[in-house]
Amino acid sequence: MAPSPIVAIGASHASVQLATSLRQAGYSGDIVIVGAEPHLPYHRPPLSKTLLTQQISFDKTLLRQQSFYGKHNIQLKLGARVKSISRECSQVTLDSGETISYSKLVIATGADPIVLNLPGEQLEGIGYLRNYDDTQSLMPYIKEGKSAVVVGGGYIGLETAAALRKAGMVVTVLEGMERVLQRVTSPEISAFYTKAHVKRGVNIVTNAQAIEFVGRHSVEAVQCSNGESYPADMVIIGVGVRPNTALATDAGLNVDNGINIDEFGRTDDPDIFAIGDCTNFPCHFTNSRIRLESVPNAVEQAKSAAAYICGKELPYQALPWFWSDQYDLKLQIAGINTGFDDIVILGNMENEQFSAWYFAGDRLLAVDAINSTKDFIKAKQLLSEGQSISKQALKQQ
Amino acid sequence: MIKIRIIDPDGNEHETQTDVGGNLMTVATDNLIPGIDAECGGACSCATCHVYINDPKQLQLLGEKSDVEHMLLDYLDTKRENSRLACQVNLTDKQDGLVVHVAPQT
Repeated sequence: MAPSPIVAIGASHASVQLATSLRQAGYSGDIVIVGAEPHLPYHRPPLSKTLLTQQISFDKTLLRQQSFYGKHNIQLKLGARVKSISRECSQVTLDSGETISYSKLVIATGADPIVLNLPGEQLEGIGYLRNYDDTQSLMPYIKEGKSAVVVGGGYIGLETAAALRKAGMVVTVLEGMERVLQRVTSPEISAFYTKAHVKRGVNIVTNAQAIEFVGRHSVEAVQCSNGESYPADMVIIGVGVRPNTALATDAGLNVDNGINIDEFGRTDDPDIFAIGDCTNFPCHFTNSRIRLESVPNAVEQAKSAAAYICGKELPYQALPWFWSDQYDLKLQIAGINTGFDDIVILGNMENEQFSAWYFAGDRLLAVDAINSTKDFIKAKQLLSEGQSISKQALKQQ
Repeated sequence: MIKIRIIDPDGNEHETQTDVGGNLMTVATDNLIPGIDAECGGACSCATCHVYINDPKQLQLLGEKSDVEHMLLDYLDTKRENSRLACQVNLTDKQDGLVVHVAPQT
Protein backbone atom coordinates (compact mmCIF):
# COMPACT_ATOMS: atom_id res chain seq x y z
CA MET A 1 0.00 0.00 0.00
CA ALA A 2 1.27 3.46 -0.87
CA PRO A 3 2.05 5.68 2.10
CA SER A 4 -0.66 8.18 2.99
CA PRO A 5 -0.41 11.64 1.44
CA ILE A 6 0.59 14.86 3.12
CA VAL A 7 -2.75 16.61 3.60
CA ALA A 8 -3.11 20.39 3.90
CA ILE A 9 -6.35 21.93 5.16
CA GLY A 10 -7.06 25.27 3.50
CA ALA A 11 -6.45 26.09 -0.18
CA SER A 12 -4.42 29.15 0.70
CA HIS A 13 -1.17 30.93 0.00
CA ALA A 14 0.39 28.92 2.83
CA SER A 15 -0.73 25.56 1.42
CA VAL A 16 0.39 26.32 -2.13
CA GLN A 17 3.81 27.41 -0.86
CA LEU A 18 3.98 24.25 1.25
CA ALA A 19 3.28 22.06 -1.77
CA THR A 20 5.78 24.04 -3.85
CA SER A 21 8.49 23.73 -1.20
CA LEU A 22 7.81 20.00 -0.70
CA ARG A 23 8.26 19.35 -4.41
CA GLN A 24 11.33 21.60 -4.58
CA ALA A 25 12.85 19.58 -1.73
CA GLY A 26 12.26 16.38 -3.70
CA TYR A 27 9.27 14.96 -1.85
CA SER A 28 7.60 12.68 -4.38
CA GLY A 29 4.66 11.29 -2.40
CA ASP A 30 1.09 12.42 -2.74
CA ILE A 31 -0.04 15.87 -1.66
CA VAL A 32 -3.71 16.70 -1.09
CA ILE A 33 -4.97 20.24 -0.48
CA VAL A 34 -8.52 20.51 0.84
CA GLY A 35 -10.26 23.87 0.38
CA ALA A 36 -13.75 25.02 1.33
CA GLU A 37 -14.06 27.45 -1.56
CA PRO A 38 -14.81 26.19 -5.08
CA HIS A 39 -12.05 28.33 -6.64
CA LEU A 40 -8.42 27.59 -7.40
CA PRO A 41 -6.19 29.10 -4.68
CA TYR A 42 -5.75 32.84 -5.19
CA HIS A 43 -4.06 35.93 -3.77
CA ARG A 44 -6.22 37.41 -1.02
CA PRO A 45 -4.67 40.89 -0.63
CA PRO A 46 -6.45 42.18 -3.80
CA LEU A 47 -9.85 41.44 -2.19
CA SER A 48 -9.81 44.83 -0.48
CA LYS A 49 -8.13 46.56 -3.41
CA THR A 50 -8.21 45.94 -7.15
CA LEU A 51 -10.38 42.81 -7.07
CA LEU A 52 -13.18 44.55 -5.18
CA THR A 53 -13.60 47.15 -7.90
CA GLN A 54 -12.82 44.75 -10.75
CA GLN A 55 -9.69 46.53 -11.87
CA ILE A 56 -8.18 43.09 -12.31
CA SER A 57 -9.85 39.87 -13.32
CA PHE A 58 -10.05 36.96 -10.91
CA ASP A 59 -7.85 34.97 -13.28
CA LYS A 60 -4.97 37.35 -12.63
CA THR A 61 -5.14 36.68 -8.90
CA LEU A 62 -4.67 32.91 -9.10
CA LEU A 63 -1.60 31.73 -7.20
CA ARG A 64 -0.93 29.15 -9.91
CA GLN A 65 -2.71 28.16 -13.10
CA GLN A 66 -4.77 24.97 -13.03
CA SER A 67 -2.15 23.05 -15.04
CA PHE A 68 0.42 23.56 -12.27
CA TYR A 69 -1.37 21.23 -9.89
CA GLY A 70 -1.65 18.36 -12.34
CA LYS A 71 1.89 18.78 -13.56
CA HIS A 72 3.30 18.47 -10.04
CA ASN A 73 0.85 15.87 -8.78
CA ILE A 74 -0.81 18.14 -6.24
CA GLN A 75 -4.39 17.04 -5.70
CA LEU A 76 -6.89 19.79 -5.00
CA LYS A 77 -10.14 18.92 -3.27
CA LEU A 78 -12.10 22.15 -3.66
CA GLY A 79 -15.52 22.96 -2.29
CA ALA A 80 -14.80 20.49 0.48
CA ARG A 81 -14.72 21.32 4.16
CA VAL A 82 -12.86 19.30 6.78
CA LYS A 83 -15.27 18.44 9.57
CA SER A 84 -12.91 16.75 11.99
CA ILE A 85 -9.42 15.43 12.56
CA SER A 86 -8.89 12.01 14.07
CA ARG A 87 -5.38 11.82 15.50
CA GLU A 88 -5.84 8.18 16.55
CA CYS A 89 -6.55 7.11 12.97
CA SER A 90 -4.37 9.80 11.30
CA GLN A 91 -7.22 10.88 9.09
CA VAL A 92 -9.53 13.80 8.40
CA THR A 93 -13.24 13.56 7.73
CA LEU A 94 -14.89 15.87 5.20
CA ASP A 95 -18.41 17.30 5.34
CA SER A 96 -19.41 14.74 2.72
CA GLY A 97 -18.39 11.95 5.07
CA GLU A 98 -15.36 11.05 2.98
CA THR A 99 -12.21 10.32 4.98
CA ILE A 100 -8.61 11.00 3.92
CA SER A 101 -5.67 9.41 5.71
CA TYR A 102 -2.53 11.46 6.21
CA SER A 103 1.12 10.79 6.87
CA LYS A 104 1.51 14.43 7.91
CA LEU A 105 -1.27 16.93 8.34
CA VAL A 106 -0.77 20.68 7.82
CA ILE A 107 -3.45 23.04 9.10
CA ALA A 108 -3.64 26.26 7.10
CA THR A 109 -7.16 27.38 7.87
CA GLY A 110 -6.38 31.09 8.07
CA ALA A 111 -8.63 33.54 9.84
CA ASP A 112 -12.20 34.73 9.38
CA PRO A 113 -13.60 38.22 9.85
CA ILE A 114 -15.04 39.05 13.23
CA VAL A 115 -18.81 39.22 12.71
CA LEU A 116 -20.60 42.10 14.41
CA ASN A 117 -24.10 40.60 14.38
CA LEU A 118 -25.72 44.00 14.74
CA PRO A 119 -29.44 44.59 14.26
CA GLY A 120 -30.19 44.86 10.54
CA GLU A 121 -27.02 43.08 9.45
CA GLN A 122 -29.01 40.68 7.26
CA LEU A 123 -30.02 43.56 4.94
CA GLU A 124 -28.81 43.40 1.37
CA GLY A 125 -25.75 45.42 0.46
CA ILE A 126 -23.88 44.61 3.68
CA GLY A 127 -20.85 42.38 3.58
CA TYR A 128 -17.47 41.27 4.82
CA LEU A 129 -14.37 40.73 2.71
CA ARG A 130 -12.93 37.30 3.23
CA ASN A 131 -13.18 35.59 -0.11
CA TYR A 132 -13.81 36.12 -3.79
CA ASP A 133 -17.52 35.33 -3.51
CA ASP A 134 -17.84 38.18 -0.98
CA THR A 135 -16.56 40.65 -3.58
CA GLN A 136 -18.98 39.20 -6.13
CA SER A 137 -22.01 39.72 -3.91
CA LEU A 138 -20.95 43.29 -3.10
CA MET A 139 -20.13 44.20 -6.70
CA PRO A 140 -23.66 45.24 -7.77
CA TYR A 141 -23.65 47.89 -5.06
CA ILE A 142 -20.44 49.56 -6.15
CA LYS A 143 -21.76 52.46 -8.22
CA GLU A 144 -20.39 55.90 -8.93
CA GLY A 145 -22.10 58.60 -6.90
CA LYS A 146 -23.66 56.15 -4.40
CA SER A 147 -22.79 56.11 -0.71
CA ALA A 148 -20.67 53.51 1.00
CA VAL A 149 -19.95 53.13 4.70
CA VAL A 150 -16.89 51.17 5.77
CA VAL A 151 -17.10 49.93 9.34
CA GLY A 152 -13.58 49.68 10.78
CA GLY A 153 -10.54 51.87 10.17
CA GLY A 154 -7.82 49.22 10.10
CA TYR A 155 -5.73 48.45 7.03
CA ILE A 156 -8.52 46.42 5.41
CA GLY A 157 -11.07 49.18 6.08
CA LEU A 158 -8.82 51.91 4.71
CA GLU A 159 -7.84 49.90 1.64
CA THR A 160 -11.50 49.24 0.98
CA ALA A 161 -12.34 52.93 1.42
CA ALA A 162 -9.62 53.85 -1.08
CA ALA A 163 -10.87 51.32 -3.63
CA LEU A 164 -14.50 52.48 -3.32
CA ARG A 165 -13.48 56.12 -3.50
CA LYS A 166 -11.52 55.41 -6.67
CA ALA A 167 -14.68 53.82 -8.04
CA GLY A 168 -16.41 57.16 -7.53
CA MET A 169 -18.42 56.40 -4.41
CA VAL A 170 -19.13 58.77 -1.53
CA VAL A 171 -17.28 57.02 1.29
CA THR A 172 -17.48 57.24 5.08
CA VAL A 173 -15.23 55.26 7.41
CA LEU A 174 -16.52 54.61 10.92
CA GLU A 175 -13.80 53.79 13.44
CA GLY A 176 -14.73 52.82 16.99
CA MET A 177 -11.46 53.90 18.57
CA GLU A 178 -9.86 57.32 18.90
CA ARG A 179 -7.92 57.05 15.66
CA VAL A 180 -7.68 54.83 12.57
CA LEU A 181 -5.07 52.05 12.67
CA GLN A 182 -4.89 52.44 16.44
CA ARG A 183 -4.15 48.76 17.05
CA VAL A 184 -1.25 48.58 14.60
CA THR A 185 0.56 51.86 14.29
CA SER A 186 1.65 55.15 15.84
CA PRO A 187 -0.45 58.31 16.21
CA GLU A 188 1.77 59.95 13.54
CA ILE A 189 0.93 57.36 10.89
CA SER A 190 -2.74 57.34 11.89
CA ALA A 191 -2.83 61.11 11.45
CA PHE A 192 -1.09 60.83 8.09
CA TYR A 193 -3.58 58.30 6.73
CA THR A 194 -6.55 60.24 8.08
CA LYS A 195 -5.32 63.32 6.28
CA ALA A 196 -4.54 61.42 3.09
CA HIS A 197 -8.06 59.98 2.96
CA VAL A 198 -9.76 63.26 3.82
CA LYS A 199 -7.76 64.99 1.10
CA ARG A 200 -9.08 62.46 -1.41
CA GLY A 201 -12.65 63.00 -0.32
CA VAL A 202 -13.28 60.26 2.25
CA ASN A 203 -15.16 61.15 5.42
CA ILE A 204 -13.42 59.61 8.44
CA VAL A 205 -15.31 59.51 11.73
CA THR A 206 -13.57 58.24 14.86
CA ASN A 207 -14.96 57.25 18.27
CA ALA A 208 -17.92 56.07 16.23
CA GLN A 209 -19.25 52.57 16.67
CA ALA A 210 -21.90 51.22 14.34
CA ILE A 211 -24.85 50.01 16.40
CA GLU A 212 -27.56 49.31 13.83
CA PHE A 213 -28.10 48.97 10.09
CA VAL A 214 -31.30 50.57 8.87
CA GLY A 215 -33.22 49.86 5.67
CA ARG A 216 -36.17 48.00 4.18
CA HIS A 217 -34.71 45.37 1.85
CA SER A 218 -31.26 46.69 1.31
CA VAL A 219 -29.30 48.90 3.66
CA GLU A 220 -30.02 52.64 3.63
CA ALA A 221 -28.17 53.98 6.66
CA VAL A 222 -25.85 53.10 9.51
CA GLN A 223 -26.84 54.22 12.99
CA CYS A 224 -23.88 55.09 15.14
CA SER A 225 -23.02 55.26 18.87
CA ASN A 226 -22.34 59.00 18.52
CA GLY A 227 -26.04 59.57 17.76
CA GLU A 228 -25.43 60.22 14.07
CA SER A 229 -26.87 58.30 11.15
CA TYR A 230 -24.83 57.86 7.97
CA PRO A 231 -26.55 57.22 4.61
CA ALA A 232 -25.34 54.02 2.98
CA ASP A 233 -26.20 52.25 -0.27
CA MET A 234 -23.69 49.63 0.76
CA VAL A 235 -21.69 48.70 3.87
CA ILE A 236 -18.44 46.79 4.12
CA ILE A 237 -17.39 45.62 7.57
CA GLY A 238 -13.72 45.10 8.41
CA VAL A 239 -13.17 45.00 12.16
CA GLY A 240 -10.45 42.41 12.43
CA VAL A 241 -10.23 38.64 12.18
CA ARG A 242 -10.16 35.58 14.41
CA PRO A 243 -7.93 32.60 13.63
CA ASN A 244 -9.77 29.49 12.52
CA THR A 245 -8.73 27.12 15.28
CA ALA A 246 -11.88 25.07 15.87
CA LEU A 247 -10.57 21.93 14.12
CA ALA A 248 -7.35 22.08 16.13
CA THR A 249 -9.17 22.69 19.41
CA ASP A 250 -11.56 19.82 18.75
CA ALA A 251 -8.58 17.58 18.02
CA GLY A 252 -7.08 18.51 21.41
CA LEU A 253 -4.11 20.45 20.06
CA ASN A 254 -2.67 23.39 22.02
CA VAL A 255 -4.45 26.58 20.98
CA ASP A 256 -4.03 30.05 22.43
CA ASN A 257 -4.93 32.92 20.08
CA GLY A 258 -3.92 30.69 17.21
CA ILE A 259 -2.67 27.13 16.97
CA ASN A 260 0.53 26.89 18.98
CA ILE A 261 3.52 25.94 16.85
CA ASP A 262 7.29 26.10 17.13
CA GLU A 263 9.79 27.59 14.67
CA PHE A 264 9.39 24.52 12.43
CA GLY A 265 5.61 24.78 12.23
CA ARG A 266 5.13 21.80 14.57
CA THR A 267 2.10 21.55 16.83
CA ASP A 268 2.26 19.35 19.94
CA ASP A 269 1.40 16.35 17.72
CA PRO A 270 4.52 15.24 15.79
CA ASP A 271 2.41 14.43 12.72
CA ILE A 272 0.51 17.74 12.64
CA PHE A 273 1.84 21.10 11.54
CA ALA A 274 0.13 24.47 11.26
CA ILE A 275 1.10 27.49 9.12
CA GLY A 276 -0.09 31.00 8.29
CA ASP A 277 -2.68 33.30 9.85
CA CYS A 278 -4.11 30.54 12.07
CA THR A 279 -0.88 30.05 14.04
CA ASN A 280 0.67 31.45 17.17
CA PHE A 281 4.44 31.14 16.95
CA PRO A 282 7.64 32.17 18.77
CA CYS A 283 8.86 35.32 17.01
CA HIS A 284 12.60 35.61 16.68
CA PHE A 285 12.40 39.42 16.61
CA THR A 286 9.95 40.24 19.39
CA ASN A 287 11.08 37.39 21.67
CA SER A 288 7.46 36.58 22.33
CA ARG A 289 4.70 34.41 20.91
CA ILE A 290 2.65 36.28 18.34
CA ARG A 291 0.10 35.74 15.59
CA LEU A 292 0.43 37.57 12.28
CA GLU A 293 -1.92 38.15 9.39
CA SER A 294 0.32 38.44 6.38
CA VAL A 295 1.40 36.72 3.19
CA PRO A 296 5.16 36.76 3.91
CA ASN A 297 4.48 35.10 7.26
CA ALA A 298 2.44 32.35 5.59
CA VAL A 299 5.11 31.81 2.93
CA GLU A 300 8.01 31.58 5.38
CA GLN A 301 6.18 29.28 7.79
CA ALA A 302 5.22 27.03 4.87
CA LYS A 303 8.87 26.80 3.85
CA SER A 304 9.94 25.88 7.38
CA ALA A 305 7.26 23.22 7.75
CA ALA A 306 7.99 21.71 4.31
CA ALA A 307 11.72 21.60 5.08
CA TYR A 308 11.12 19.88 8.42
CA ILE A 309 8.82 17.29 6.85
CA CYS A 310 11.60 16.58 4.35
CA GLY A 311 14.12 16.09 7.15
CA LYS A 312 15.81 19.47 7.08
CA GLU A 313 15.76 22.08 9.83
CA LEU A 314 15.01 25.54 8.52
CA PRO A 315 13.67 27.50 11.51
CA TYR A 316 11.35 30.40 10.78
CA GLN A 317 13.46 33.43 11.56
CA ALA A 318 12.55 35.73 8.69
CA LEU A 319 11.76 39.31 9.51
CA PRO A 320 8.01 39.96 9.49
CA TRP A 321 7.01 42.46 6.81
CA PHE A 322 3.76 43.78 5.41
CA TRP A 323 2.41 45.97 2.67
CA SER A 324 -0.71 48.05 2.13
CA ASP A 325 -1.73 49.86 -1.08
CA GLN A 326 -4.14 52.79 -0.82
CA TYR A 327 -4.56 55.17 -3.77
CA ASP A 328 -1.03 55.98 -4.94
CA LEU A 329 0.33 55.40 -1.42
CA LYS A 330 2.56 52.36 -1.19
CA LEU A 331 3.15 51.43 2.44
CA GLN A 332 5.79 48.87 3.27
CA ILE A 333 6.41 47.85 6.86
CA ALA A 334 9.53 46.06 8.10
CA GLY A 335 9.48 44.56 11.59
CA ILE A 336 6.96 44.94 14.41
CA ASN A 337 6.75 48.20 16.35
CA THR A 338 5.16 46.84 19.54
CA GLY A 339 6.76 48.49 22.57
CA PHE A 340 8.32 51.47 20.79
CA ASP A 341 9.08 54.60 22.82
CA ASP A 342 10.39 56.94 20.13
CA ILE A 343 9.91 57.66 16.42
CA VAL A 344 12.22 59.33 13.93
CA ILE A 345 10.56 60.60 10.75
CA LEU A 346 12.68 60.80 7.58
CA GLY A 347 11.49 62.56 4.45
CA ASN A 348 8.45 64.70 3.93
CA MET A 349 5.01 63.79 5.20
CA GLU A 350 3.43 66.65 3.22
CA ASN A 351 4.71 65.15 -0.04
CA GLU A 352 3.49 61.72 1.05
CA GLN A 353 6.98 60.28 0.80
CA PHE A 354 8.59 59.46 4.14
CA SER A 355 9.45 56.75 6.62
CA ALA A 356 8.84 56.35 10.35
CA TRP A 357 11.59 54.57 12.30
CA TYR A 358 10.45 53.02 15.60
CA PHE A 359 12.85 52.63 18.50
CA ALA A 360 12.73 51.08 21.97
CA GLY A 361 15.61 52.83 23.69
CA ASP A 362 18.47 52.59 21.18
CA ARG A 363 17.12 49.51 19.47
CA LEU A 364 15.42 49.80 16.09
CA LEU A 365 12.17 47.77 16.08
CA ALA A 366 10.40 48.56 12.84
CA VAL A 367 9.98 50.99 9.96
CA ASP A 368 6.84 52.17 8.17
CA ALA A 369 7.86 53.39 4.71
CA ILE A 370 5.39 55.32 2.59
CA ASN A 371 6.41 55.69 -1.06
CA SER A 372 9.96 55.17 0.24
CA THR A 373 11.04 51.74 -0.90
CA LYS A 374 14.66 52.76 -0.39
CA ASP A 375 14.12 53.15 3.35
CA PHE A 376 12.08 49.95 3.52
CA ILE A 377 14.81 47.86 1.91
CA LYS A 378 17.46 49.41 4.11
CA ALA A 379 15.42 48.81 7.26
CA LYS A 380 14.63 45.26 6.22
CA GLN A 381 18.34 44.54 5.82
CA LEU A 382 19.32 46.14 9.13
CA LEU A 383 16.58 44.40 11.08
CA SER A 384 17.13 41.03 9.41
CA GLU A 385 20.78 41.14 10.39
CA GLY A 386 19.89 42.09 13.97
CA GLN A 387 21.53 45.47 13.59
CA SER A 388 20.33 48.85 14.72
CA ILE A 389 21.20 52.36 13.60
CA SER A 390 21.71 55.38 15.82
CA LYS A 391 19.03 58.03 15.76
CA GLN A 392 21.81 60.55 15.20
CA ALA A 393 23.00 58.79 12.04
CA LEU A 394 19.44 58.61 10.76
CA LYS A 395 18.76 62.27 11.30
CA GLN A 396 21.89 63.24 9.42
CA GLN A 397 20.72 61.47 6.28
CA MET B 1 5.34 27.89 -27.44
CA ILE B 2 8.68 29.45 -26.55
CA LYS B 3 11.59 27.95 -24.66
CA ILE B 4 13.17 29.65 -21.67
CA ARG B 5 16.14 28.39 -19.71
CA ILE B 6 16.20 29.38 -16.04
CA ILE B 7 19.24 28.93 -13.82
CA ASP B 8 18.40 28.92 -10.11
CA PRO B 9 20.63 30.41 -7.36
CA ASP B 10 22.30 27.02 -6.80
CA GLY B 11 23.30 26.83 -10.45
CA ASN B 12 20.77 24.17 -11.48
CA GLU B 13 19.40 24.63 -14.98
CA HIS B 14 15.70 24.31 -15.75
CA GLU B 15 14.48 24.05 -19.36
CA THR B 16 10.93 25.39 -19.55
CA GLN B 17 8.32 25.89 -22.24
CA THR B 18 5.49 28.34 -22.16
CA ASP B 19 2.85 30.05 -24.25
CA VAL B 20 3.45 33.68 -25.17
CA GLY B 21 1.33 36.31 -23.46
CA GLY B 22 2.23 35.46 -19.86
CA ASN B 23 4.98 36.83 -17.70
CA LEU B 24 8.29 35.40 -16.57
CA MET B 25 7.28 35.12 -12.91
CA THR B 26 4.47 32.73 -13.76
CA VAL B 27 6.82 30.55 -15.79
CA ALA B 28 9.18 30.35 -12.82
CA THR B 29 6.51 29.51 -10.25
CA ASP B 30 4.82 27.00 -12.56
CA ASN B 31 8.13 25.18 -12.85
CA LEU B 32 8.99 25.22 -9.13
CA ILE B 33 12.09 27.34 -9.65
CA PRO B 34 13.75 27.94 -6.26
CA GLY B 35 14.43 31.58 -5.39
CA ILE B 36 11.27 32.97 -6.97
CA ASP B 37 8.80 33.41 -4.11
CA ALA B 38 6.56 35.87 -5.95
CA GLU B 39 4.86 36.80 -2.69
CA CYS B 40 2.83 39.75 -3.94
CA GLY B 41 1.72 37.96 -7.08
CA GLY B 42 3.00 40.46 -9.58
CA ALA B 43 1.85 43.68 -7.92
CA CYS B 44 5.46 44.92 -8.04
CA SER B 45 5.52 45.27 -4.24
CA CYS B 46 7.91 42.70 -2.87
CA ALA B 47 10.96 42.19 -5.13
CA THR B 48 10.93 38.44 -4.47
CA CYS B 49 11.20 37.59 -8.19
CA HIS B 50 14.54 39.24 -8.93
CA VAL B 51 16.42 37.86 -11.96
CA TYR B 52 19.36 38.72 -14.21
CA ILE B 53 19.35 38.67 -18.00
CA ASN B 54 23.00 38.21 -18.97
CA ASP B 55 22.68 38.55 -22.74
CA PRO B 56 22.55 42.28 -23.59
CA LYS B 57 20.48 41.67 -26.75
CA GLN B 58 17.91 39.63 -24.86
CA LEU B 59 17.83 42.25 -22.14
CA GLN B 60 17.15 45.00 -24.64
CA LEU B 61 14.32 43.03 -26.24
CA LEU B 62 12.46 43.09 -22.92
CA GLY B 63 11.92 46.84 -23.16
CA GLU B 64 12.14 49.53 -20.52
CA LYS B 65 11.53 49.15 -16.81
CA SER B 66 8.69 51.07 -15.19
CA ASP B 67 9.43 53.63 -12.47
CA VAL B 68 8.19 51.32 -9.76
CA GLU B 69 10.36 48.46 -10.94
CA HIS B 70 13.36 50.81 -11.04
CA MET B 71 12.64 51.94 -7.51
CA LEU B 72 12.30 48.43 -6.10
CA LEU B 73 15.42 47.17 -7.85
CA ASP B 74 17.54 50.20 -7.06
CA TYR B 75 17.87 49.37 -3.43
CA LEU B 76 18.53 45.67 -3.58
CA ASP B 77 22.11 44.81 -2.63
CA THR B 78 22.10 42.23 -5.37
CA LYS B 79 21.02 44.64 -8.11
CA ARG B 80 23.05 44.75 -11.31
CA GLU B 81 22.68 46.62 -14.59
CA ASN B 82 20.92 43.59 -16.05
CA SER B 83 18.45 43.10 -13.19
CA ARG B 84 14.72 42.68 -13.79
CA LEU B 85 11.70 41.70 -11.73
CA ALA B 86 10.28 38.62 -13.39
CA CYS B 87 6.69 39.74 -12.74
CA GLN B 88 7.27 42.77 -14.96
CA VAL B 89 8.72 40.81 -17.88
CA ASN B 90 6.00 40.03 -20.43
CA LEU B 91 6.71 37.23 -22.84
CA THR B 92 6.34 37.43 -26.62
CA ASP B 93 7.79 35.39 -29.49
CA LYS B 94 10.91 37.52 -29.20
CA GLN B 95 11.73 35.85 -25.90
CA ASP B 96 12.17 32.38 -27.42
CA GLY B 97 15.52 31.11 -26.15
CA LEU B 98 15.71 33.57 -23.27
CA VAL B 99 18.24 32.67 -20.58
CA VAL B 100 17.45 33.85 -17.06
CA HIS B 101 19.54 33.70 -13.88
CA VAL B 102 17.64 33.89 -10.59
CA ALA B 103 19.29 36.36 -8.20
CA PRO B 104 20.37 35.16 -4.76
CA GLN B 105 17.84 35.94 -2.05
CA THR B 106 18.64 38.74 0.34
